[in-house]
Amino acid sequence: MRYMFLIYSQETTESLTPEEMANVYSGHAAVLDEAAAKRILLGAERLRPTASATTVRVDSGKALVTDGPFAETKEQLAGYYILECAHLDEAMEWAKRIPTACRGGGGCIEIRPIDDLPKRA
Amino acid sequence: MTVDAKQAVEAVFREQSGRIISTLIRISGSFDWAEEAMQEAFTSALISWPEKGIPQNPGAWIVAAAHRKLIDQSRRERTRREKQDSLEYETQAISLPEAPMSLPDDRLRLIFTCRHPALEQGAQVALTLRTLGGLTTTEIAKAFLMPEPTLAQRLVRAKRKIRDARIPYVIPAPGQLRERLTTVQAVIYLIFNEGYAAASGEHLVRRDLCAEAIRLGRLLSELLPDEPENMGLLALMLLHDSRRETRVRDGQLVTLEDQERSCWDRSQIREGLRLVEAALQRRPLGPYQLQAAIAAVHAEAKTALETDWYQIARLYEKLFAFNNSAVVALNHAAAVAMSGALQEGLTLMDNLDLDRYYLFHAARADILRRMNRPAEAMEAYRKALALATNRVEQEFLERRLSSCLN
Repeated sequence: MRYMFLIYSQETTESLTPEEMANVYSGHAAVLDEAAAKRILLGAERLRPTASATTVRVDSGKALVTDGPFAETKEQLAGYYILECAHLDEAMEWAKRIPTACRGGGGCIEIRPIDDLPKRA
Repeated sequence: MTVDAKQAVEAVFREQSGRIISTLIRISGSFDWAEEAMQEAFTSALISWPEKGIPQNPGAWIVAAAHRKLIDQSRRERTRREKQDSLEYETQAISLPEAPMSLPDDRLRLIFTCRHPALEQGAQVALTLRTLGGLTTTEIAKAFLMPEPTLAQRLVRAKRKIRDARIPYVIPAPGQLRERLTTVQAVIYLIFNEGYAAASGEHLVRRDLCAEAIRLGRLLSELLPDEPENMGLLALMLLHDSRRETRVRDGQLVTLEDQERSCWDRSQIREGLRLVEAALQRRPLGPYQLQAAIAAVHAEAKTALETDWYQIARLYEKLFAFNNSAVVALNHAAAVAMSGALQEGLTLMDNLDLDRYYLFHAARADILRRMNRPAEAMEAYRKALALATNRVEQEFLERRLSSCLN
């Protein structure tokens, strides 16, 4: 089953120290390398901070465009992975290894099973 | 004959439904299909057994019948999917084994799945009691003081999540096992307690639930023999259960003090004591071992008067370090009082905030009775009575109350 791992992190205004940056990078690199070697890596991307986000909401045919993410929360969507896992326990093990923290600010991973769409005729 | 057959069906359900459903879930990979198939198999048994006689191995008969239903079900499902070719969902193919076989750890698989941390907490316990304990939704709703539709909704949601997020039907890998063990121990003990003091209803002890919990405790101990808390839990349940026959006499509750000790189950006590000793020699110490040690002190006293209450009070103090609840503090206070320091015990109790707990008032009443303060004792018994829900317990309190009058 395909699972999407949504990475929620606190957005910091200050930039990370080189050491913190290196830790985050090597954490992601380890997950990416291992998942790729196991041929279960289906996708992974990093998103730009929510300062660059635009929200479009279409209501009765009219588009309402606003600056920023759809919800102002302490932790924001910062990126994602898509991995093929046998079951939730395996997905949970991967989730524990994906870095989420910036400056000790915590963060978390939301695991969502991907719903297979019916095949198009 | 008809009555016998019906009773046999009911007995198999009571004693084996947990084992049967756990096997069917493993075979079918679906809680819903397994439940449906088991229900149909029991219905078939109600028709077939009175006619053809009770089979030699009734449990195996039910599993085999349910297995046939599952095969029918999977055939129907396949046809249904083939018909809607353009709308074909990529669902896992259902492959059923030739002959159904119960594996000894099926029930542990089930219990770890029901107690999966990705499920809502309240639903975890309810799902365990429903599937493993064979309790009805009505019984569980009653035990949790919850409206039945709410509970039913929770169960549906939990089963849907197991299916959609693909929560596996496995005993967790060694890396996850330990952290998930405590919730499993807790639910086994909960099933035991549900059986030992059925929350409401006519019977104080539901034997089948206690026996099921002990069986599960044994399985857990076998799976992880080096875990002292598993031994502690099993010992605790065995020692409590050893007093089963003496706890109720003529439908009336008998306190530990007045129980006929010669009727306690000696073989269960021996096993319990051996386990407590073995567990305490290992590390680390834990709440089940301590509670088992307390039960062991009771089991070792030949008469109620010979009970080493001082030792029990000390064990409760240690238990408080793991579980600093008011209920543990209440038990500690009662032990202090029983060790001879009645006033000290009463003072400890009066500092507790347990006004809504019937055993608090019952325990206070008991100390006051022993201190020869009948008026206050009666007042406390009345408060306890107003809060007790179990009929056997209510009758016990009424008897105590009227004995204060004399």
